[in-house]
Amino acid sequence: MANSLNSGFLAWLRRDLLLAYRRRGEAASPLVFFVMVSTLIPLGLTPESARLAEVAAGMIWVMALLATLLSVDGLFASDYQDGSLEQLLITPQLLPMPLLGKITAHWLTTGLPLTLVSPLLGLMLSLPASGYLPMICSLALGTACLSLTGAVGAALTVSLRKGGLLLSLLVMPLYMPVIIFGTATVTYAIDGLNWLPPLAILGALFAASIALCPLAAAGALRITSAN
Amino acid sequence: MSWQWFHRLGSPRWFYHNSARWLAWLCPIAAVVVLGGLVWGLAIAPEDAKQGNSFRIIYLHVPASFLALAGYYIMAIAGAVGLIWKMKLSYMVMKSAAPIGAALTFIALFSGAIWGKPTWGTYWVWDARITSMLILLFLYLGVMALQYAYHSIDAASKASAILALVGTVNIPIIYKSVDWWYTLHQPATIKFTSAPSMHPDMFQPLLVMIIGFYLFYAVALILHTRSEILRRERKTSWVRELLKPKQEFKADKQVGKR
Repeated sequence: MANSLNSGFLAWLRRDLLLAYRRRGEAASPLVFFVMVSTLIPLGLTPESARLAEVAAGMIWVMALLATLLSVDGLFASDYQDGSLEQLLITPQLLPMPLLGKITAHWLTTGLPLTLVSPLLGLMLSLPASGYLPMICSLALGTACLSLTGAVGAALTVSLRKGGLLLSLLVMPLYMPVIIFGTATVTYAIDGLNWLPPLAILGALFAASIALCPLAAAGALRITSAN
Repeated sequence: MSWQWFHRLGSPRWFYHNSARWLAWLCPIAAVVVLGGLVWGLAIAPEDAKQGNSFRIIYLHVPASFLALAGYYIMAIAGAVGLIWKMKLSYMVMKSAAPIGAALTFIALFSGAIWGKPTWGTYWVWDARITSMLILLFLYLGVMALQYAYHSIDAASKASAILALVGTVNIPIIYKSVDWWYTLHQPATIKFTSAPSMHPDMFQPLLVMIIGFYLFYAVALILHTRSEILRRERKTSWVRELLKPKQEFKADKQVGKR
């Protein structure tokens, strides 16, 4: 039993990573979006580094959220169109494990690159030096929460023609706690406070979402893909 | 054995016929309680020492906020009942609860903004509780949007039930947010664990208004559900029977005019 759980997880993880590798241009677009929007902020706000430093943490988090939101739309879309989602639904394996594999692949191709590139953006937005490590930690945990929660929204809207916009309506309110504690982690560190408590809450949110979101997404897929 | 009442509840027809009888009682009681509470709160209750008469908007603001939160639970529980026991009626209740809850959330936010101007000197503050109410409004709107996005009634009901259940994760955060990000908003006025910090003369009408809003909510929910039943069951024979006499009556009238 444990073996079949694992194989479902690993097989779908490998498959989605391979698909992402073959469509590298598509997979890179959230990352490019993340970097490009960050050039808009100095243009729209101010080039002064002192004032940019104040908003840097929040801005990086908002952009990471938007980049995840843009990419999570496609989590099930191509599988739904080519019918492999139906194949997944009729496999004897428990549905949440393959879904967790897909979500992990999504995080590895969007959340992780965003996290790795965030120091560069921190540099461009003159984030204070004490904020880098908390930013990387909080983004790594937080984007995982975003991918997990986004998967529920993507599962709910997969069979709709204009699902993308609706998806952001559904998922955005659920993202609020993540962004609150994500930015709190970074700003606490910049202000010289202990930044571990908000990071711990992010960890709790991650633990809750990794336990519940695959189940909810599985339930949602069974309903929506039947239509 | 005695589960019969529970299964009966699942029948839209049974609910439609019996809710008419409940409404005959509920409507007048709700009207009396709300009107009584309004007169008591707005005219008889004493003026606040610091805020003057402007505090009286509490008699609208607090009950609306209560019901906005409770309404989400009602919606989510109705959705869960639908998912678990596959009851048609509970999906109809869930769909009806969404717009009512959204309207109450909007009233709570709007009256809070009006109250905030004389008290804090500003309409809007990015305070924890106001922000959570705004998120609650977004949650309601999300459920409604998902409800309308699907053509199939079955898929719409089940999908929005799942979304409502997922959204309940947000509700504890709304309650906790007062402790977490306490800024400008005053701490919760009513605590069930300790004595209310309001004067009894002001508190009693508020309690009446809260009860009145619960009754009003029940009336609104039943009315909304009844119309939803008629819409969804329009092709069944009992709804056709129900609507027939009126059409004949109209036809008679036209004949009479001629």
